[in-house]
Amino acid sequence: MALISNSAKLRSYREELVDKKNKEGKKVVAICAGTGCNAYGSPKVVAAFREEIEKQGLSDKIEIKPTGCHGFCERGTLVLMHPEKQLYQRVKPEAVAEIVEKTLKGGEVLEEHLYDEPNTGERYKTEHEIPFYKHQERLILGKNGEIDPTSIDDYIAMGGYDGLTKALELGPDAVLEEVKKANVRGRGGGGFPAGRKWETCKNAPSDKRYVICNADEGDPGAFMDRSILEGNPHAVIEGMIIAAFTIGADEGYVYVRHEYPLAIERLTIALAQAREWGFLGKGILGTDLDFNIKINRGGGAFVCGESTALMASIEGKVGEPRAKHIHTVVAGLHNKPTNLNNVETYANIPLILDKGADWYISKGTKGSPGTKIFSLVGKVNNTGLVEAEMGMTLRQIIFDIGGGIPDGNEFKAVQTGGPSGGCLPASKLDLKVDFDSLWEEGSMMGSGGMIVMDDKTCMVDVAKYFLGFLKFESCGKCTTCREGLRRLHELVTDISEGKGTEETISLIEELCDTVEAGSLCALGTTAMNPVLSTLKYFRDEYMAHVNDHRCPAGVCKELITYEITDNCNGCMVCAKRCPENCIAGEKKQLHVIDNEKCIKCGICKDVCKFDAVRIY
Amino acid sequence: MDLTKVDAIIENYDGDATSLLAIMQDVQDQENYLPREAVNHISAKLDVPVSRIYSMATFFESFHLEPRGKHICTVCMGTACHVRGAQRLVEHLERDLSVKSGGTTEDLQFTLEEVNCVGACALGPLVIIDGEYHGNVTSTRLTKAVKKLKTRKGGE
Repeated sequence: MALISNSAKLRSYREELVDKKNKEGKKVVAICAGTGCNAYGSPKVVAAFREEIEKQGLSDKIEIKPTGCHGFCERGTLVLMHPEKQLYQRVKPEAVAEIVEKTLKGGEVLEEHLYDEPNTGERYKTEHEIPFYKHQERLILGKNGEIDPTSIDDYIAMGGYDGLTKALELGPDAVLEEVKKANVRGRGGGGFPAGRKWETCKNAPSDKRYVICNADEGDPGAFMDRSILEGNPHAVIEGMIIAAFTIGADEGYVYVRHEYPLAIERLTIALAQAREWGFLGKGILGTDLDFNIKINRGGGAFVCGESTALMASIEGKVGEPRAKHIHTVVAGLHNKPTNLNNVETYANIPLILDKGADWYISKGTKGSPGTKIFSLVGKVNNTGLVEAEMGMTLRQIIFDIGGGIPDGNEFKAVQTGGPSGGCLPASKLDLKVDFDSLWEEGSMMGSGGMIVMDDKTCMVDVAKYFLGFLKFESCGKCTTCREGLRRLHELVTDISEGKGTEETISLIEELCDTVEAGSLCALGTTAMNPVLSTLKYFRDEYMAHVNDHRCPAGVCKELITYEITDNCNGCMVCAKRCPENCIAGEKKQLHVIDNEKCIKCGICKDVCKFDAVRIY
Repeated sequence: MDLTKVDAIIENYDGDATSLLAIMQDVQDQENYLPREAVNHISAKLDVPVSRIYSMATFFESFHLEPRGKHICTVCMGTACHVRGAQRLVEHLERDLSVKSGGTTEDLQFTLEEVNCVGACALGPLVIIDGEYHGNVTSTRLTKAVKKLKTRKGGE
């Protein structure tokens, strides 16, 4: 028997939860336990807090809550203290006893744990004062810092499944109108309006329909879907139930990458709870809605993020895309109408139902309403997950939120949209970020990866990297993609090795056209973006490789030489660490690299404390 | 390998051939790779041709047809890790472990692998050693971590 049998029961259940929480009046310490913070040792911090709270007899006053990703991965492990939202960053287990004693018990602020702005040194006490958070609009991610992802009660107490009850009251047609009006566009990268997808699927004649959530986040450098699933899985489940109700589906799948074990674990728990509470199963909330969700783990193929390949994979076949003369919304999984949206798109749906389409379209831009989550990574000070209103400029995201480029280096480019996107130079920093603007400039939104590059990043190498990736991930069905990408990779490799000519560049441009024209799915048809955008904006750098046999950024191995400068004080560390034993020099004497033997591994530069190794 | 384990896994999915991918994944989770006898057994049990299982196993990156090492070092090759020097870390580990990327040492102690992206991009470059994430790694820290595993092997 389901715990929550109807909407009225859900409301009273929520009231009880909130009452109980208010009565207990516990101070909540939310500790980020996303993949990033876990890598910094978050589980040890959580254990240390629990032990200390127990030891000091504070268990009835303070709740220790491991949560999903708070976004500010650069500064993990993050400890957020409610209700003031005071944020301690880079917390280590050793510091926990003092934090409990002085801050939680004594109310004292420990300066050394506060965020300090790298450029000004200024310290900030609360989360919303920190520039990284201040300029964001965290409609989706905000809840990650408050919810225990393994507790459905936490989600319900915060208004969870309210969107679903509203949807059930409105009826499928009115829900569809609301989603269409909100004009929520596919967050997986395509930007296709979800409402139109739902409508076609709903109207396609069939006795059976499916709902699929695409969590095969394959773009390297993107991890927003992972963080939503890890931090707030019920939001995605609720979005999928609303979709199923609207289009009339009774079966759902979440196709999630096997590289995301924590997301799979949290989603499995959340699904079991949703079933027990009565949000999944037969007769959901006392209506005649039947719906269930299964998890499918991906096999590590990038192309399976493509809808038809993904569906083939769920059917137990090799994940090859097919031509979409008939769209998957009409004939998808098992040849039945199938609605597929991305994790972030589904997470937006409860919000739209809860607060209304009018509220939703007041956020963002006219063509791209709402917010978008970006993974701001690479050569930027504040790496992490950023949720910004559509229409913010690249400059605002990278410099105001991201805090600019580290080590005093210069901004060179930002890569958006993963392997299908492109690199945009400094002259495009004032571009407003939305689906259409990025596309017009030769890049794309993609799933929201934003990789910042500085003057030490070689754009020829970046193009080579993406071609290498795509060449490997091409499923091989279309000749232009399979063979074309290989040849393109060879040509760009030639340039990076100083073997290219101007003719190589024209050949690359010609071949890009062919690959685009002759390929079925988006992997092939957008594969030329990383190459063409770097050629468009960084042609000088290509020419330096071709004409001068020089890599200005000092990356392409074949074109660079390592040299030890006068800064060397003869500490001998590089000589000891050199794997080829090709550094000669006595103690306290200038060392010299034998360039004949040097394999350009860069270890000497890494280990030198005196900045004496130079690349030219 | 113990084929009754394979039977148990197939049973978990009610012997449903559309769950082939999941069954293969579970078998690999147990054995660290897909042994030939397991493939034959799945084929017979589900009435799916061996060729189809191999086509899946070679298509999806996550499957391995050869035994892998006791310790698995995985270098993340995502874009964020790449611009922060992931390629150099692969080459470094190739030298330290004396094995090419994708390969396993002869004593079956170490396997060196690359992964497209594990989504811990803020911590790049990132190397996963036996399931533990090492963020912002340097060649020096990698050498230490590998040395630790090698000495542990000697101590056993």
